[in-house]
Amino acid sequence: MALDKNQIAKRIAQEVKNGMYVNLGIGIPTLVANYIPQGIEVVLQSENGLLGMGPFPTEDQVDADLINAGKQTITTLPGSSIFSSAESFGMIRGEHVHLTILGAMEVSEKGDIANWKIPGKMVKGMGGAMDLVASAKNIIVAMQHTARDGSSKLLKKCTLPITGLACVKKIVTDLAVLEVTSEGFKLLERAPGVSVEEIQKATEGTLIVEGEIPEVQL
Amino acid sequence: MINKTVKNAQEALQGIQDGMTLMLGGFGLCGIPENSIQELLRLGVKDLTCISNNAGVDDFGIGLLLQKRQVKKMISSYVGENAEFERQLLSGELEVELIPQGTLAERVRAGGAGIPAFFTPAGYGTEVGEGKESREFNGKMYLMETWLKADFSFVKAWKGDTAGNLIYKGTARNFNPMMATAGKITVAEVEELVPAGELDPNMIHTPGIYVQRIYQGEKYEKRIEQRTVRST
Repeated sequence: MALDKNQIAKRIAQEVKNGMYVNLGIGIPTLVANYIPQGIEVVLQSENGLLGMGPFPTEDQVDADLINAGKQTITTLPGSSIFSSAESFGMIRGEHVHLTILGAMEVSEKGDIANWKIPGKMVKGMGGAMDLVASAKNIIVAMQHTARDGSSKLLKKCTLPITGLACVKKIVTDLAVLEVTSEGFKLLERAPGVSVEEIQKATEGTLIVEGEIPEVQL
Repeated sequence: MINKTVKNAQEALQGIQDGMTLMLGGFGLCGIPENSIQELLRLGVKDLTCISNNAGVDDFGIGLLLQKRQVKKMISSYVGENAEFERQLLSGELEVELIPQGTLAERVRAGGAGIPAFFTPAGYGTEVGEGKESREFNGKMYLMETWLKADFSFVKAWKGDTAGNLIYKGTARNFNPMMATAGKITVAEVEELVPAGELDPNMIHTPGIYVQRIYQGEKYEKRIEQRTVRST
């Protein structure tokens, strides 16, 4: 059984360690916040200028002056801080944010990521993605292993316009957990019931399989 | 203390002309200079170059200026919420320059701080880096990016005083503080304008030196793009 979006988020949440400052991208990455284990203290950074992002507000807490980078209304937490966009990207560029989790359309075996533009389609802009991938010490990507037509999104070389070079460290897809190494995608875990052969078939880039590959534990 | 107060948006925008480069604060619709935008609409100045993180939505924010074809060029990081924008872009009526968000923030900051250029890793190896000088520092590649300045900067703060000191609220701060520093004329609109001396100097986000004109906005709609709530 391939992992669904929530299961991908739940698996990524296992990578979040106590004391981390974490930036979560839009989509599946946002869901990671729901699965951070009890007792793990993390601070979520929202690149529009907030550290310590809290849950969505209740109806009577809604404040138009308090949104996240996805423009959703949110809340602060005890210990939160607010700052300008320049300060926000200063802390990103300065590698003070420990972990960035984001989505991708394609990742190459060298860790290049493409997630901002599809030629021929309306270009919406890169937002903060290029800044985040250029500077984060640890980048985990949440994505589907293949496109709807079955073609692989884990490639030798990205075909879409690049967001950043050699930056992705780990990938959690619906089929597998993989690490980007100098030799290629190293298979760490497979989704329950998904075989190594199926993952191999869905991976265009170099796949490294060493020994028994355990199933993802959620 | 020098008094920066003007009566209203009309007085605040005096001297604005076709073809000027403007900065407009805000992230999405959060912290945008609503009243100054209304005055830009009323004046009908055109061929504007607008530097702003986003381009508003179809019927609010900078989207209103786009509807009236007042914008020649947008310099932004993300412009995804606007159908009229898309139409004008595809038809070639509108020029757009997309800049990584952190680079945009820093270019504006650099403009206000007198730093003509700086190096950042964002965009290296991508189409953003095409035609730009790059250099290696400690084994990593960086792009040279240059400062941005504006003829007019329009910012929005929560509170301000007659000396031009500003305090922002929540994430409505975003690009406003840097943009306040990078305009030849910076116009600040605030929800509450108080006499100099009433704001605690320790709490000021933007010192009044950057602000040439300040006024209290007539009304604030503060539209929310993604109203997300939880039940308990």
